[in-house]
Amino acid sequence: MALDRWIALIILMISLVYGYTAFFTMDGGLPPFMQRNPIWPSTFPKMLSVLTIVSALIILLGIEKSDDEIKPSEINYRRLTEYKLGQALMLLGLMVVYALLLRPIGFLAATFGFLVLGSAILGERRYGVLALVAALAAGIVWYLVQQVLGIFLSPWPTFFAVGG
Amino acid sequence: MLEGILVGLSTAFSISNLLMVIGGCLIGTFIGMLPGLGPMSIIAIMIPVAISIGDPSAALILLAGVYYGAIFGGSTSSILINAPGVASTVATSFDGYPLARQGKAGKALTVAAIASFCGGTIGAILLMIFAPALASVALLFHSAEYFALMVVGLSAIAAFAGTGQVAKALLMTFVGLMMATVGEGALFNMPRFTMGVMDLQSGFGFITLAMAMFALPEAIYLVLDPSRSNSDTGGEIKDLRITKAEAKSIAPVIGRQSIQGFLIGVLPGAGATIASFLGYAVERNIAPKEEQEQFGKGSIKGLAAPESANNAACTGSFVPLLTLGIPGSGTTAILLGALIALNVSPGPRLMIDQPEIFWAVIISMYVGNVILLILNLPLIPYIAKVLAVPRTFLIPFILFFTLMGAYIGQNNATELLILVGLGVAATVLRFADYPLAPLLIGFILGSMLEDNFARSMQLYDGIGFILERPMTMGLLGLASLLVILPSYRARRARLRAEGVADAD
Repeated sequence: MALDRWIALIILMISLVYGYTAFFTMDGGLPPFMQRNPIWPSTFPKMLSVLTIVSALIILLGIEKSDDEIKPSEINYRRLTEYKLGQALMLLGLMVVYALLLRPIGFLAATFGFLVLGSAILGERRYGVLALVAALAAGIVWYLVQQVLGIFLSPWPTFFAVGG
Repeated sequence: MLEGILVGLSTAFSISNLLMVIGGCLIGTFIGMLPGLGPMSIIAIMIPVAISIGDPSAALILLAGVYYGAIFGGSTSSILINAPGVASTVATSFDGYPLARQGKAGKALTVAAIASFCGGTIGAILLMIFAPALASVALLFHSAEYFALMVVGLSAIAAFAGTGQVAKALLMTFVGLMMATVGEGALFNMPRFTMGVMDLQSGFGFITLAMAMFALPEAIYLVLDPSRSNSDTGGEIKDLRITKAEAKSIAPVIGRQSIQGFLIGVLPGAGATIASFLGYAVERNIAPKEEQEQFGKGSIKGLAAPESANNAACTGSFVPLLTLGIPGSGTTAILLGALIALNVSPGPRLMIDQPEIFWAVIISMYVGNVILLILNLPLIPYIAKVLAVPRTFLIPFILFFTLMGAYIGQNNATELLILVGLGVAATVLRFADYPLAPLLIGFILGSMLEDNFARSMQLYDGIGFILERPMTMGLLGLASLLVILPSYRARRARLRAEGVADAD
C-alpha cells in the first residue's frame, strides 16, 4: 500500500475517534438550557467527521485515480536513507531539546547552543565565526523582543533570576 | 467631497505627518519580516506610541503606515524562506517561494512590491469614491452569507490546490477544519477535543501551524537534499527587473484582484486572508491552460494576484471601520480601540464632523503606498541576499525563527513541542504528495466558518437558512460546482487519453 493510502487510513482512524466523541460522548455534559438550541457544540464536528470519513475512504479505496508519477524535484520517500536523514533527525532532536531547555537554562544560552550545534550538525567547521554569529544573533533577537517590543523572554538560567 | 479631500491633503502633507507615514512603514516592514509578529500584534505594540502623539490624524496615519508596512514585510519572509508570518501572506508563498528557489528572488520581491503598491493605491481610490455607498451593501451580508462565502473560498482552494487530486485536498481541508474545533470556541464556552491537555485549551496556535506546515518541512527538505538549496544560481540575484511581456501579463491580474480584493475587504469579517486565497484561486482558474500549470511552480501571475488582493482588502477593511464604526478584522478592531482612546468615534458622522481625520487617513494611504514602494525597491537586492547565506548558517536560523515565532505569540514552551510534532507530520504528508495549504486555510477559516454557521442556525432556528436566503444558496451551489468540476474534467481527460469514446 502506498504511503498516501496509509496516511488516509490514519486520518480515517482519527476521524472515527473524533466522530465517536462528537456523536456519543460530547453531549453528555450539555446543560439543559443549551439542549434547546438549534445548534450544539457537537453539531459542526458531527458534520465534519462524516465529511472527513467519506473523503478518507475515497482515497483509501482508490476511487479517485491519481497519476502515480514522482516529480523530479521532490524527495522520493521510498529511498529516504539515501538522503541526509541523520542530519534531519538530529536537527529535529535538537529542536526538541531547545524546547525543553528554553525555560530552565534561559533564552541566551539555549539559543546560542541551538545555533552553534545546528550549524555544526550541518557540517560547519569554522567554529570561531560560528560562535560570534550565534552570540550576536541571540543577543540581538533578545534585545529586540524584550527591550524594543516588550515581550518577556527570560534571558538567564532560572537559578540566576530572583522570582523570575 | 472635494473640500474634504483638500483638507485631507493639507493635513497629510504636513512634515510631521509625512514623517509619521515614513516611520510607520519602516517599523512595519522590519518587524513584519519576523515570522510570528503579524500586523495585529505590531499595531497593538504601537498603540501606546500612537496615543501619546495625541493628534488623532497623526496617530491614525502612523498606524496605517505600520499596517501596510507589516503586510509587505510579511510577504518578504513568505517569499524568501517560505515562512508566512501572517495568514494573508500564505497565498503569497505558493508562487513566491518557488520563484525564489529558481534564483528569481529579486524579481519575486519586485513583483510583490509593485502588486502591493497597485492593490493599495487602487483600493484607496475605490475607498474614496465608494466608501459611503459600500457601507450599506456590506450590511446586506448576514452570517448565512459569510458562512457560504467561506465555503466557496475553501472549495476553491481545495479544487485548485493539487491538480487532479481533489480528494486529497478536500481531506486536508477537513483535517484543518477539525483542528480548528480543538479548544474553546467563541460561541460555546466549553473546551472541545482537548483530550485533557491543558495546553490545547486555547486551541492550536495559528503561527505554530503555519510554521509547521510551510517553514519546517521546507527546512527539513533542504537538509535532506543539499542540492535543493542555492539551486544552480549560487545564491546570485539576477533578473531584478520585470520584462515588458511580464508586466503586460500581470497588469490585468493586478487590476482584477485589486477590485475583487477591495470588495471582499469591505465585508466585515472577510478581510485580507480570504481575499488573497480567493484572488489566487480565481486567477488560477481563469488563466489559460498552459499558464495554469505554472501556478504553484513560480508563476508571477500567481504571486501578483494574492499580493494585490490582500493590500486592496486591507484598504477595503477601512470602509466599515470609518463609515460604520464596525471593525471588519482583528487589526481594524485594534485600530478602533486606538481611535476611541483618541476620542474619535468612527461612524456615519465621522465624515461630517471630523472630515480632516477621515480624508487625512485616505490621503495618507496613497502616501504610505508610494513611500513603501520607494523604500522597498532599492532595498530588494539587499533583502534577497538572505538567500546567499551558506546553508549551514541559513537552516539553523530558519529553524530558530520558526521556534521563536511559535514561542513569542504564546510564551509557552509546550507550543514548541507541538510545532516539532506537527512539522514532522507535515513533512510525511508532503512526502505522500498531500497539499498542505488547504489544511492551513481550513484551520484559519474554521472558527469563523463555525461561528457564522452557528449564528445563522440560531437566527433561523435550524438549517432552513440555506433555503430562505437565495444568496446563500447561490454561493453554496457555486462551491459544490467548484469541487465537482475539476474531478469531472480530469476524469473526462483520462477517459479520452485511454481512448474511450465519450459522448458529448
